[in-house]
Amino acid sequence: MPEPLIRAHQLVKRFGDFTAVAGIDVEVQPGEAFGFLGPNGAGKSSTMRMISCVSKPTDGTLRIFGLDPVTDGPRIRARIGVVPQLDTLDTELSVQENLWIYGRFFDLSRAECRRRAKELLEFAQLTERAESVVDDLSGGMKRRLSIARSLINDPSLLLLDEPTTGLDPQARHVLWDRLYRLKQQGVTLVLTTHYMDEAEQLCDRLVVMDQGRIVAEGSPRSLIEQYATREVLELRFAAGTNDQFGERLQGLGSRQEVLPDRVLVYADDGEAALQEVHHRGMQPESALVRRASLEDVFLLLTGRSLAD
Amino acid sequence: MATFATPGPLRVAGWYLTAFRRLWKMNLLSSFVQPMLYLLGLGVGVGSLVDRNTGSASTLGGVSYVAYVVPGLLVTTAMTLGAMESMWPVMGNLKWQRGYHGIAVTPLDARDIVLGHATWIAFRCAVAGAAVALALALFPDTRSWGLIPAVLVAALVGVAFATPIMAMSVNSEYDGAFAGVQRFYIIPLFLFGGAFYPISQLPTLVQWLAKLPPLWHGVVAARAFTTGNIAWGATLGHLVYVSLWVIVGAVVATRRLRRKLYP
Repeated sequence: MPEPLIRAHQLVKRFGDFTAVAGIDVEVQPGEAFGFLGPNGAGKSSTMRMISCVSKPTDGTLRIFGLDPVTDGPRIRARIGVVPQLDTLDTELSVQENLWIYGRFFDLSRAECRRRAKELLEFAQLTERAESVVDDLSGGMKRRLSIARSLINDPSLLLLDEPTTGLDPQARHVLWDRLYRLKQQGVTLVLTTHYMDEAEQLCDRLVVMDQGRIVAEGSPRSLIEQYATREVLELRFAAGTNDQFGERLQGLGSRQEVLPDRVLVYADDGEAALQEVHHRGMQPESALVRRASLEDVFLLLTGRSLAD
Repeated sequence: MATFATPGPLRVAGWYLTAFRRLWKMNLLSSFVQPMLYLLGLGVGVGSLVDRNTGSASTLGGVSYVAYVVPGLLVTTAMTLGAMESMWPVMGNLKWQRGYHGIAVTPLDARDIVLGHATWIAFRCAVAGAAVALALALFPDTRSWGLIPAVLVAALVGVAFATPIMAMSVNSEYDGAFAGVQRFYIIPLFLFGGAFYPISQLPTLVQWLAKLPPLWHGVVAARAFTTGNIAWGATLGHLVYVSLWVIVGAVVATRRLRRKLYP
């Protein structure tokens, strides 16, 4: 096996009394698309900031390309691309100026900056907006520009912190498509997200984080197979009666979860479970059978939903 | 590859330059028009009164009032520029536009940002000063080769205000402190820092206060060059003192910025 691009062992980040990351082990191999999935405050961004060499680990070891971020930060940063959670674009400058300037930080020649900027604008589907001022771009375009800018140094490792948070569904799909292309080109992607659909779309492998710890690890498919059932039956009863129906559903499927707005029944055959519900004389206001998702994995692992 | 890497501070200064290009006409105009207005208003207006006063020539070191005021205007212009550019813009790059955070994930670090900022301020002050100096060179009364070193002294003073104020701005949570810097540091120095009259006219205590910040030292050094009355030892001493402000400011600003960018 080749040397992993990222190797974290018992990595810890504390801010005063608060422990953001409580000792995690992670390895990311070249070419992988790797995700940190978890709710806000799970420690994903803190982990990401340590990997981006902007935040020093409090304890444990971290190696990127085999180098130590604490002593070799600038060398590592020369070889990675970072898309932070909040855009750091020069909003008063044009789209292409943002790319040129960023290339200069990596000491690319002006000609090289222009050449790469042209390619990246094409890639980010921003060629027509090259001369627009960033302030005038939509949220999705700004995000795409952030990604294009992070690629100016042709990084072999791209780190994306919540890449599509705050974007509308269409803009998210455009962005996923671009990231998928990068992955096909062999760029190693590491991203954090609290969207399970994003993790399923993009990640070969992911860890589920909760309260600074890794609670599960695997491919989206294997996590679902391991922790959830094949199907999920979602039932909605009249407001405020979920608890009382919860008890009457005992024994149905392999597990039941009573949420504030609905009851989930985990069963390999959802339709059969629904028939049993009717058989027991319950009349839910609505019933839906769907495939299990990472959202369910998280719920089953932590007892909470990702949106919390 | 045999090419040399561009020093980090120059890469950062290049970024400032690109951002500035959109606004340069207005900025250059205001940093040119303002000193020229002062020069006309004070130099010619007040000057005609001062020069009529017998004995004022010896207080001013044997030169006309216009010639006396010229270096003061060059240096105070640089002071204002260095201070202003190190308050809101620095806070914006940390908190609002977050440009420094964008740089923090490149191979550059806090030291490059601070030194790049200083380089940029020096450049801007030198350009603004050169514009004023060019205009002054048109008139026989103020024409002098000494304007060239005086512009460079002014640029140094601009940086001596920039780095310590940058150190303050980096640690400021709100921009409220900036009005205080203007009211209690920049404007008093403008009025009492030896730009428009010798500080020997002031009470002793005020004289000492005026000598602490870098402005007075810069004005005296620049004036030595423009009037040609150069005492080399004293001039060098003034320049070293001004440079100390630059260095201490840069060291503190770097340390504080590093703590902000790399927690």
